[in-house]
This record gives sequence, C-alpha cells and structure tokens, in this order.
Amino acid sequence: MSPRHIVVVGASLAGTGTARALREQGFDGRLTLVGDEPHPPYDRPPLSKQLLAGEREIGDIALPPTDGLGIELRTGAAATALRLADRTLALADGSRLDWDALVVATGAAARPWPAPVPGGVHTLRTLDDARALRRELAAEGARLLVVGAGFLGSEAAATAAELGVPVTLVEAEELPMARGIGTVAGGFVARLHREAGVELRTGTTLRSFTGAGRVTGAVLEDGTHVPATAVLLALGAVPGTAWLRGSGLLLDGAVVCDEHGRALAEDGTVVPDVLAVGDASRRPHPLTDGTLHLGHWSAAVEHAAVAARVLLHPAGAGELPEPPVAVPSFWSDQYGVRFRSLGLPHLADEARTVEYDVPGRRLEVTYHRDGELVGVLTANRTRRLAAYRPRLADAFRHRRAAAAAL
Amino acid sequence: MRIHVDMNRCESHGQCVFAAPEHFSFDEDDNLLVVEDVPADEAVRAAVREAAAACPVRAVTLHTDGTAA
Ligand SMILES: Cc1cc2nc3c(=O)[nH]c(=O)nc-3n(C[C@H](O)[C@H](O)[C@H](O)COP(=O)(O)OP(=O)(O)OC[C@H]3O[C@@H](n4cnc5c(N)ncnc54)[C@H](O)[C@@H]3O)c2cc1C
Ligand code: SF4
Repeated sequence: MSPRHIVVVGASLAGTGTARALREQGFDGRLTLVGDEPHPPYDRPPLSKQLLAGEREIGDIALPPTDGLGIELRTGAAATALRLADRTLALADGSRLDWDALVVATGAAARPWPAPVPGGVHTLRTLDDARALRRELAAEGARLLVVGAGFLGSEAAATAAELGVPVTLVEAEELPMARGIGTVAGGFVARLHREAGVELRTGTTLRSFTGAGRVTGAVLEDGTHVPATAVLLALGAVPGTAWLRGSGLLLDGAVVCDEHGRALAEDGTVVPDVLAVGDASRRPHPLTDGTLHLGHWSAAVEHAAVAARVLLHPAGAGELPEPPVAVPSFWSDQYGVRFRSLGLPHLADEARTVEYDVPGRRLEVTYHRDGELVGVLTANRTRRLAAYRPRLADAFRHRRAAAAAL
Repeated sequence: MRIHVDMNRCESHGQCVFAAPEHFSFDEDDNLLVVEDVPADEAVRAAVREAAAACPVRAVTLHTDGTAA
C-alpha cells in the first residue's frame, strides 16, 4: 500500500521532479510540495549564464509546472523542524503538516563569508541573487571581483566579461576548476579567461573587503588591493539541511542515504518512509567506500525518478529493485564553449589528454584511477563524450558487482 | 509516437544521446541528428521518454497522433 499523504520539502529541481514523477507513476493520494522561495519553481543553471547576461528572464527558466496534477504547492513556506516520532513537519508560520512519507529536497545554499560583508558583496544561488548581481553589472563603471574559480565563479566571470565588464577572478588553487577537472582542463579554462581579458589571480585568496557601507574592492593575501564596484563570492555550496539538526537523520553536510535515496538514522539504519534527493542528499557510489555528494543537475533528476519508484514500491512486493548504476554528468558553458563531463573526474589520480586545441575551442580529457577509466571531459566534442558513456556504465557496474561479492 | 526536437533550444548536452542512442546522435560538429519515428516497442519508447525527461533545456517533446504526450 502506498502512503496516503506524501510531503516533499524543497520546491526546486529535485522536489518538483519527485512530485511530478509520483503522479506520473500513478500515486493518487495527497501530495504537498513545500518551498521557501516566493517564486514559482525555476531552474538554476541559467542563473550564472543566460539570466545573468540578461538574455533570459524567469518565464524562460520555469521548471515544468505542477498545476493540474493535484499537488498542493506552498511557496514562501520554510520548513523548520522534522519530527520522526509523530511524523510531523513544522513550518516557519507556526503551522504543522502530518505526513506518511517525507522527501527532503532542500538542496543547497551558497557558502557565506564568515563575517559581515559591506553592500555590493553577493552570492549566487537564487533568482533574486542573479537579478541583484545583474543590476550591479549593468551600472556605469561596473568592475567585478569574483572570489573562487570553481564552475560557478568561472561561469559568472565569463558572463560578466562577455558583457564588457572588467573582471578580476581570484582562486586559491593554481588553476581555475582544477579541483573538479584537474590541471589540464583547468589550464584550458585559464587560457579562455585570459584571452577574454579577465585578470586571473591564482594561488591567493581574499583577506578583507575595503569600503565602508559599500564595497570598493578587496585586499588579497598577497597584500595587493583589487578595486571593484561589486564582489561575487563563489565559495561553493552548503547543503540546506540545518533545519534537520536534531531530527535523528544522519547528516554529513547532506542527508546520508542508501543507494535508493532512503535516509539513514544516526545509528545507520534506514528511516522508514523518509527519503532525500538532489543536492540535499549523499549516497553510495561504486567508486567510493562511503557516500558521495554530487551537486549536479542530472543527479537531481535521476534521484527524483528513483524516489518515486521507492515510495510507491508495494509493501508486500519484496526487496526494492537495484537502482540503475549512476554515471554522473555535468556541464558548464563559458565563452560559448560547451564543457560536458561524465563520470567522476575529481576522483582520478591521472588525466590523459586526447585533444587540446585552444584556438579551435576543443578539448577531450579522460580520467583514470589505478589505470581504470573513471571519467571524461570534453569541450565542444559531445559526440565523442557519448561514446564513453557505455564504457563508464560497464566499469561502474563491474565495481558494484565486485564490491557486493566481497 | 514521434519525436520533436526544438533545435533553437538544443545546446548539445547529449543527455538524449546517452538515454536513447538509437534515436539521437551527433554529427562531427555536435549537431543533433534525430530519428523521429519511434516504433511501438515499449523498451524503445521508455528510453525515448527518458531522453525527453533528461534534456536539461527541455528541447525534446513526444507526440502521439499529432498531440503532445
Ligand atoms: C548558478 C548555478 C549554476 C549551475 N549550473 C549548473 C550546470 O551548469 N550544470 C549542472 O549540472 N549543475 C549546475 N548547477 C547545480 C544545479 O542547479 C543543482 O544541482 C540543482 O539545482 C539541484 O537541485 P535541488 O532541487 O536538489 O536543489 P536546489 O535547486 O538548491 O533547490 C532546493 C530548494 O529548496 C528550498 N529550501 C531550502 N531550505 C528549505 C526549507 N527549510 N524549507 C523549504 N524550502 C527550502 C530552496 O529555497 C530551493 O528552492 C548550478 C547551480 C547554480 C546555483
Ligand atoms: S539532451 Fe536536449 S540539449 Fe542535449 S542534445 Fe539532446 S535535445 Fe539537445
């Protein structure tokens, strides 16, 4: 028997995806979707790209609507506490929801600066963030300082540079995006930035902001001052799970799950009828001993489909079917170059360059661990990327089977 | 069932190619090639539906008897 009332907390990609999948897979009970943002659900990847560039607005980035599906959508409603014992969810307005099954889809938030910041210092995670940063870039004499050259900082720097705004990009590592995709691909990205006139300052970090009330720039660890009319802090994301502290769910930043996305309790057992999906979750992968946190768009979509199947699995029907082995995928668009990756490049101990052509804007790098293929990244070579997909799926499946046999 | 891809939206993500390689592929310049007519085979249809759901820019729509499905 499937649950009578399912509550999904977090109304973005993973949350709306789970709710829609539940209806598509035939769930006809009560379904409530709770989200703290005031806007109808929207998609985040364009926020650092076309939306920041002013090429798209909210109407263009809306997620598929949930209307007409019998889903009670409550926007502007933040969940504040989960109680497993009596199966309730407390909301910020003081109201309470009873649930028979609950899905955590509260994603992640931008990592904040550890001290108060002057005006003009931004992060980028929400539509309102993107609009605020866009206004800064449109101002007369705008100069942007981006702190952190991960994919998000790198994309925002590229978008601003293409708008003609002078940009300084500061990164603690020696190359942009290197932690995720290694030094070869990081070097490629660095060349793109420099060709576009971005001042790339690597191997240093931000010490403090200058300006009283309103930011005028920042002082770096190497003592130099970078003038700026606006600063973007792109320091990574923190899972939106603070509201779950003390609930009894096992948290390691994100909610720790089994391979089906079922939440684990602090003692490591499965919590009945509670799942977590998307950026708010971490789960096992054949390439790691523990669990993996991805923070990728495609993972959120896959988790949603699996979650609906798990929730609707009939009680008497035996074990849950093994979920398909995940081949993570990720993309990033910068300067019109389409970076696409498959697998887990960040777990590699070796990168092999198949093609490296900066003028031709083409790149193909494979990633290996102990000699075994674990990932691939291409730029403007998605055709070649596709050929690796079955190889990676086979390798991961093989690993899973080997681990299960131990 | 017929596949329609809005080529103005397509950004060559390749998610459709991964999900249903029988129906989606790329040419040398990463332009998407689509075999639009889907046979009445449930496994193929499931793969094509998965392809439509996986497209990050929602460029893939499926039609049965001329209507959106
Ligand atoms: C600017 C930007 C660009 C990106 N670009 C790419 C890209 O190019 N490729 C890629 O693969 N991925 C990209 N990503 C990552 C991708 O967007 C995420 O992986 C995806 O959004 C995860 O979806 P989610 O639903 O799990 O979490 P989120 O999108 O974070 O949604 C969580 C939702 O829950 C809400 N919420 C949080 N706490 C509560 C609470 N207590 N109560 C109620 N609601 C709550 C939040 O407000 C939010 O609406 C990008 C992300 C950003 C921010
Ligand atoms: S998944 Fe979408 S964007 Fe990607 S190639 Fe297919 S249709 Fe184009």
